[in-house]
Order: sequence, then C-alpha cells, then structure tokens
Amino acid sequence: MPKDHGIGASPKRREDVRFLTGAGNYTDDINVYGQTYVHFLRSDVAHGTINSVDTGAAAGMPGVVRIFTGADFEGVGGLPCGWQVTDKHGEAMKEPGHPVLAQGKVRHVGDPIAAVVAESLEEARNAAEAIEVDITELPAVVDMKSALEAGSTKVHDDLSDNLCYDWQFGSDQAAVDEAFANAAHVTTLDLRNNRLVANPMEPRVALGDYNRANDESTLYTTSQNPHVIRLLMGAFVLGLPEHKLRVVAPDVGGGFGTKIFHYAEEAFVTFASRQINRPVKWTSTRSEAFMSDAHGRDHVTTIELALDADNNFTGLRTDTHANMGAYLSTFASSVPTWLHGTLMAGNYKTPAVQVNVKAVFTNTVAVDAYRGAGRPEATFQLERLVDKAARELGVDPIALRRQNFITEFPYATPVAVEYDTGNYHATMDTLESMIDREGFAARRAESASRGKLRGLGVNCYIEACGIAPSNLVGQLGARAGLYDAATVRVNATGSISVMVGAHSHGQGHETVFPQVVAEMLGIDEGMVDIVHGDSSKIPFGMGTYGSRSLAVCGSAMVRATEKIINKAKKIAAHLLEASEADIELKDGQFSVAGTDKSVAWGDVTLAAYVPHNYPLEDIEPGLEETAFYDPANFTYPSGAYACEVEVDPETGKVTVLDFAAADDFGNVVNPMIVEGQVHGGLAQGIGQALLENCAYDENGQLLSASYMDYAMPRADDVPYYKVDHSNVTPCTHNPLGVKGCGEAGAIGSPPALVNAVLDALNAAGHDIGHIDMPLSPSRVWSAING
Amino acid sequence: MYAFDVVRPSSLDEAVAALGEEDAQALSGGQTLIPTLKQRLAMPSKLVSLTGIADLQGVSADGGTITIGGATPHATVAAEAGSFPALAQLAGNIGDPAVRNRGTIGGSLANNDPSACYPAAALGAGATITTNSRAIAADDYFQGLFTTALDEGEVVTSVSFPVPEKAAYVKFEQPASRFALVGVFVTKSGGDVRVAVTGASNDGVFRWSEAEAALSGNFAPEAIDGLSVSGDDMISDLHGSGAYRAHLVGVMTKRAVAAANG
Ligand SMILES: Cc1cc2nc3c(=O)[nH]c(=O)nc-3n(C[C@H](O)[C@H](O)[C@H](O)COP(=O)(O)OP(=O)(O)OC[C@H]3O[C@@H](n4cnc5c(N)ncnc54)[C@H](O)[C@@H]3O)c2cc1C
Repeated sequence: MPKDHGIGASPKRREDVRFLTGAGNYTDDINVYGQTYVHFLRSDVAHGTINSVDTGAAAGMPGVVRIFTGADFEGVGGLPCGWQVTDKHGEAMKEPGHPVLAQGKVRHVGDPIAAVVAESLEEARNAAEAIEVDITELPAVVDMKSALEAGSTKVHDDLSDNLCYDWQFGSDQAAVDEAFANAAHVTTLDLRNNRLVANPMEPRVALGDYNRANDESTLYTTSQNPHVIRLLMGAFVLGLPEHKLRVVAPDVGGGFGTKIFHYAEEAFVTFASRQINRPVKWTSTRSEAFMSDAHGRDHVTTIELALDADNNFTGLRTDTHANMGAYLSTFASSVPTWLHGTLMAGNYKTPAVQVNVKAVFTNTVAVDAYRGAGRPEATFQLERLVDKAARELGVDPIALRRQNFITEFPYATPVAVEYDTGNYHATMDTLESMIDREGFAARRAESASRGKLRGLGVNCYIEACGIAPSNLVGQLGARAGLYDAATVRVNATGSISVMVGAHSHGQGHETVFPQVVAEMLGIDEGMVDIVHGDSSKIPFGMGTYGSRSLAVCGSAMVRATEKIINKAKKIAAHLLEASEADIELKDGQFSVAGTDKSVAWGDVTLAAYVPHNYPLEDIEPGLEETAFYDPANFTYPSGAYACEVEVDPETGKVTVLDFAAADDFGNVVNPMIVEGQVHGGLAQGIGQALLENCAYDENGQLLSASYMDYAMPRADDVPYYKVDHSNVTPCTHNPLGVKGCGEAGAIGSPPALVNAVLDALNAAGHDIGHIDMPLSPSRVWSAING
Repeated sequence: MYAFDVVRPSSLDEAVAALGEEDAQALSGGQTLIPTLKQRLAMPSKLVSLTGIADLQGVSADGGTITIGGATPHATVAAEAGSFPALAQLAGNIGDPAVRNRGTIGGSLANNDPSACYPAAALGAGATITTNSRAIAADDYFQGLFTTALDEGEVVTSVSFPVPEKAAYVKFEQPASRFALVGVFVTKSGGDVRVAVTGASNDGVFRWSEAEAALSGNFAPEAIDGLSVSGDDMISDLHGSGAYRAHLVGVMTKRAVAAANG
C-alpha cells in the first residue's frame, strides 16, 4: 500500500490551487503606489562604438520622468561574475566589465543603451523612439573559432583577445597519451551542443521601490534565489548594505536556471528608484526575453574515446569551445568547467580522462546555466560517442556500456569527484524491462511497411547535484558558499512555519517540504507551511538550482526539526516529570517509555510559549530553531534512458514514439512530484534534441528571435513517457538520502533521441556518424541526402 | 502600440467610408495586425473592425459553389464548409483554437503571407475573391509576398470556391510557427487539375503548371515522378534551404494527390 501522507506519499500539490485558479501572486501582479515604468532602448546591432546618445528631445516628451544612459552609471559597480576560473597556466580568467547600461560600446543585439522612466509604459516607449543614438557599427564576432584567430575583432577592447580562459583538467597528460597510443580502437566525434533560450512561461520582471522614510530599497524580482541577488547587487553593484535592501521573489513562473543570475534590469530599477524617489517597474516582453535572458549550452566539441582490444574504455579526451556571449553572466564561467568537466567520466570506469575547455567571448547574449548546466553537455558528447563506438565496433550499445560500468562505490573518478553510491546495472535492467527490445525488430518491420525508418536509442547519465560543498567549490573558484538554511518556527498552538532558503518556482516545495517535517513530528501536513522568496523573512539561503533544494535546504530543514524535537522532548520531560532520555515522540505524542503517560504535541508547544510550568532555568521559552547545512559531497543521481523514433525519409521528419526513463534519485519524498519533474525535464530534452535552436547570423543578428522561429516543444511533440524511479541507492551523506531529480530529464534525454535517429538511419543503410541538434526535418533530410 | 481610434461599423458601406479616411486600416481577426501593432511596426490612425458586419459572416453552399464571408473565422469554416472537405480541413488546421476563433479568411487573403494556408486553397480551387467594388479571380489576385490586387481601402467581402470533384491540402509544418514550410493544395474537376503551392517560393503562392499538366493526364502520384521545381526561387531560411523546400514541393504534391484520391 502506498503511503497516504508523509515521506513517500503523493499528496496533490497544494500550490496548484492558487496557480490553477488565477490567484498566484507573480512579480508583475505587484504594483506600488506612485509606480513608474521603464523601457530599455536596446542595441539593434551586435557590435558598435557608441559615439553619442542624445536624450534631449526625448526628455521633453509627455510623461517622461527621467532618462538614464551609461553615463549615469559611472562610478556604479558592474554586474559581477560569481565564479573565478583559473586557466591551465594558473592565471585567473579574464573578467571584462559589465556595466548596467552600455558604456562606450554595444556588444550584442539587446544590449541596453538607455532607459526611459515615465508615467506609463507607452510614454516611455514613445520617448525611447526620440532618443538619437549614433553608433559606428563594428564587425561582429559570432563564430567561436574565428573569434580566437589572431587579428579577430575584439569584443572587449581592454582584453588581449576574445579568450576568457583556456582550462584543462583531469588525468595527467602522459596517462591520456598512453591510453590513446596503445588503443586498439579510437572513436572520434565532432559535435555542437545547440544554444537554447530557456523560455520560462513568465518573462522576467523587476520592480524597485525605494522608501525615503527609512532609506530602504525593496526589489521585487523573478528570481530563483533572492539572497544571492541581494548579496551580488548590494555588495558589488550598488553598494547597499544588506539591512537596507530587501529582495522579494514571490510566485515565479518557471526559471530553468535563467532566473538564477543577477541582471542589469534588477540593478537598474533599484538604482533608479533611489534616484527619482519613486518605484520603477520593468516587465520584459517575450521579444526582450529572447535578447536579454541568459541563453544556455552552446558548446562546440571534439571528443575521442580510446578502447582496448576487449572494448574496455581506456582513455577519453574532449576539447570544447564554450560560448560566454558578450559578458560573463553570474555563473557562466563555472558551467563549462566545474559543472561539465567533472562529469566527463560518466557512468564508466575509464581510467584516464582529460577535459579541455576554451571559453570565448562573442557578440551574442550571455550564456549561463540552463536546466542541467554543463552536465547535459557532458552527457551528450559522452553518450553520443559511446554509441558511435558501438556502431563502429559492431557491438551492442547496451552491452558496451554495461561492460564499462562503474560497479564499486564509493568511486573516485579521474575528474575530481567521488561518486558515493549508485547501481548502474540495476537502472539499465529496469530500462530494458520497460522497452521491449525483443519486439523491436517487428516494430521496425511494421514501420518499414509504411515507408518509415524506426530506431531505438539508449544512453546512461550521471549528474552531480545537491550543489554543493562550500569548501570544495571555494577551492574551485566559487565566490559564494553553497550551503542552505531553514528556520522551523513552531507556533504556540503547534502549527509550523518553515522559512527556507530554497525558492520554489514550479518544483512543488510547498507540498514536499511539509511532508518531511510532518513525518518527523508525526503531525498532520496541513499544520506545516513553508515561507520562501523574501529576504526579510527567510534565513540566508542560496536558492534553487542544481537539483539542490531537498538535498541541501531540505537537509537544513531536517537538522532544524531535529533541534526542535530535542527541545520539545526537554519540555515534555518536564511536563511529564520524567527523564528526557525516556521521552519518545510518536504520532505527535510525547510519551514516557514503558508507561502510558503522554503529552500531546500541542500541549508541549503551548507550554513553550506560555511557560507557566516550564524549566526556565534550563531552557529558553519559545520553539524556533535554525540550521544551516553544508553538504559533504555532491549527490549523484543516475539513470538509463531509451527513446524510440520513426523517421520519414522523404521529409526528414522525426516522430518520437516512446520514451522510457529509469532513474535512481535516492529516496523519494513525493513520487508524483518526482514524476512531474522528470516529465518536464524530458520535454525540455526532447525540445533541445528535436526543435530548439537559438541561431545568430554572421552579423550577430538573432534569427530565432520569437516563437515564429524558435520551436518550443508542444504536447504533440512528446510521447506518453514511461518513468521509473524504483531503483534507490540512498545518498550516503545527507540525512534524507535524497539525490535530486530536477535536471535529470533534461540531462539524460537528448543523446537517447539522437542515438535513436542515427540507429534508424544507419540500419536503413545510410552511413551517418552524427547530426547536430536540433534534428529538424531539414537537417535529417540533408544528412540522408548527403 | 501607438494610439489609434477604433470603429466597429455594422454595414459594409460604413466600413468602406471609414476606410477612406487617411491612415485608416481594416481590422478583422487581428491575429496578424494586432501583433504588428504591438511591435509598433504599423501606425494606423483608425482601425475599422469588420467582424460586426453581418454580411461578411458565414458559409453558404449553392449549386456547386461555396461562398465564405470575408470576416468568417477559420473555426466556422472548419465546422460549416462540409461540402468542400479539403477546405474545411485546411481551416481546422490553422494555428491553434484561439487563432481559429478570431482569424478570418479575408484577413488571411488580404495579408497574403507567403506561408499562409488559405492562399493555396484560393489559388488551387480557382476561387473568386469578391470585394466591395469588384470580383477578382484568384489567378489575378496574388501578386507576390504580402502583395495582392487589392487597392487601398478595398475590402474582401466574400470568397467563392467552385467545389472540385477531388481535392486535398497537405501541409508540412515549419516546426516553430507551424505555418506551412510547404503546403500544397490540389484540385481535380473533370480534366482540369490545379496545383497551388504555399510556403515555398520567394514570390509567394504559385501554381505548379508542369505538375498540373502531368496530373491532368493521369491524376496519380506517379504522374509527377521526375518532375521538380527549381530550388533557386525558393525561400531559404533557418528551417530549410531552397533545395529542401523544392524537394518538399514534390513530396507534398504526391501526398496531396494520394489524399485527394482517398
Ligand atoms: C499563432 C498563430 C498561428 C497561425 N498559424 C497559421 C497557419 O498555420 N496558417 C495560416 O494560414 N495562418 C496562420 N496564422 C494567421 C491567421 O490565419 C490569421 O487569421 C491571418 O493571418 C490574418 O487574419 P485576421 O483575420 O486575423 O486578419 P487581421 O490581422 O485583422 O488583418 C490582417 C491584414 O489584413 C487586412 N484585412 C483584414 N481583413 C480584411 C478584409 N476583409 N479586406 C481587406 N483587408 C483586410 C488588415 O488590414 C491587415 O492588414 C496564424 C496566426 C497566429 C497568431
């Protein structure tokens, strides 16, 4: 019998009541008395020198309150990068300035040049059209490899070139060289991990509200991590002390990584509100989102695998160019390095692994973390490569994987991380039981009878989640700790508010977190609520990304709840006139072991706040505890995925018929929510593999600047998923044994789909090594037709 | 959007008069025009809404001809043009329900987007486009990308389609917009075959006369084996090269013929 409450149960998402009935409170729903509106005048060229910005005529237009340009931000800090990567020569990465409004140059289409603050948005737009901008257009740097050629135009004139860093990591050179020198077979693959636009349903919004009465600024913003924004904006950009700065991220309609970062518009509205002494609001249009939200992925890679005569993997090396865009976004530098290189061992015991990454500045929108962040890029190249090796060697792709699986844990990889636990054969067994491999030949024949080509593709994945141990990431260059925090506030009558540093923007924390606390205390889940998203209410937590909420913040919540239990037991012992060591907590009752004496949860909590009969000499009144939790290691969810497709050879159109995902997420608190997270991740992975393509032309113009050209996955693009997470190897180092499930679907699915298409084409006699994502009809057709 | 006035006349005469004013523009379903206004790409002083004019609404069938009011939404055509199933099906597959409930045949034909569906139906069925001042044969109506025979202020009041003996529309969707990357509308009436292609050409919707000639002799997919259109004049973009579109013209024509034959 599945549980009906607590850990392991699937209560419906309580937040959905407000989301589905229009009662959500999103940032754009917030309006403050006296509010003004800002419209950003953005560059329509990719690269140019700003000769002048004449706001004279515009300033006199109706409704204009004030117009700001880059000059107004002289002496104000730029947007910082939160992670300093050290290159292979031991030098710090190059960190160009990133002004809030462009100064001297524009560096991508969408770079903000001026900001018009007016009484209404239409008036702001009208005035923006009257601003005269004189720009001398410069050649745009778009292609990463040409950006690194000697004599290339520089995106940042004060840097020596367009190389942000050249990073190398992994086994020593001699070991890798030896593996390749002695290889019986080497498989090589060149590929691109396509650039994506995150496209959360809710575009970004920022509302700055300065209160002259107490010199406090409030920023309402669509963020996944309000405390991170408060720290970055307060300390690095505007120089505002934390106690004068409140950051509120209310209901947020999806983030997928792109709402982690600190953006110019947030700093602008906070700054401008102080200048004009009125609230300033910005709501992104979808068109602006395409040219101002940080993009994802965009890696160009050559990867090679060495195998011995028995098909054991002996060496792996990979060389990637990672696009940074024009400026370094908050965590941009960490994505292709520590979130990507450390995963290159995958599920395999390859003894020698080496990773090279050149990060490159181009005249494009900044690129940063997007669902999976670095790990999808690692998984894609590795799992495509292993599949290609299997085809070249004429061996079964599942057997080749199994033969090379890591089977003993803990396992220290050649790329720094240590997997605590896992069972890759078990998830692969489950996957095989889900996909009816035996029946595939008959299904392929049936497709062939209709002129269609059927293919089956599989892959494995491993990811590092629960980001992250602070001391480790500190050594790697992070400029922040990555712990999280929770405060459990028990009220007098026993109801509980848990203030958490994690932020829920679709994940369902409001349902899941109370399941854990209620289970620990043996009380009804309805007595527990979480509070999140407001720096004035919650302890300093680092927010939600990297599948960390339950693994890190949930662990803090467990620790704080344990403190509550300890204190409550002391109170109960006093009330029951027993020894604390004899007190047991079960089903919300404190009892004295071996007796029928007990006192209810509510009596204990009331005693804490009405301490008439209370051990005041030993303990303080009240019942509220905070814990900060810093994980000892990453968590390592893993799994095996399979995809079955049909290709129409006449048009190149790929139809996804079936998708199966067998994951090991460690312990699962709410299976329904986990399943939903996997579904969403799979849709995004299928989107990347089949549809989504953020493309620039050679002049740095965005070709896919709206939904007319940027293809999002829709319901009829994806199949009914088969999802399993019954294989559980609990995380060994956090109290819940959880690993995180938010990114797995997006990480694990693109290679399975591409492998399936290549299986279909190669089985039909086409000799095709690879097709770059997205596998649009025209690309597949072109591959078939040479 | 820039500011503008809106009028909502109930008769065609009032609408035509209003459209005579400087910078006035017709507004039908708004599915193309409103996004254009939001992006400030157009600056009409006055929008003249056509959807309140009863004479421009509805589908009627009469002696082998089906006539659709200029402001009839796609959803109505999908539901009521049963005597011309290929047309009803085309209308039922435009955009999404919101687009089909608002967007109209007159708006689509006036706009003449090179990737739109209705132009293929009008040209492929040899329709007549009737306006407030004249009747225009489809063969004379379409004049290149976003260009038609309509004069300034002229209103499409209805479109009449002779119902063919056999017909089908096959649309290969552009993955993002789901407009036609290539769409082919084929009709057969006696020995007369028409093949109209949308989505593909730099000059907008066109008739593929070679295929028409071959199919008039033998209305079967094989009849166009070996025929091809040149990729040189085809649209080439993020979603496919000219050569790919040219190839799809052949594939979709065959599929349309097969579908028309049932
Ligand atoms: C998301 C989306 C998906 C779509 N998908 C498709 C698709 O798959 N296939 C397809 O064919 N179309 C598609 N469309 C377009 C849709 O069919 C619109 O109906 C059509 O483009 C315009 O019709 P409308 O009635 O909305 O015209 P409006 O937007 O109101 O007007 C368009 C233009 O025509 C003029 N006009 C309007 N009515 C008349 C008239 N009676 N006489 C003279 N001039 C007139 C207007 O002044 C304006 O210039 C899609 C649109 C959207 C928003």
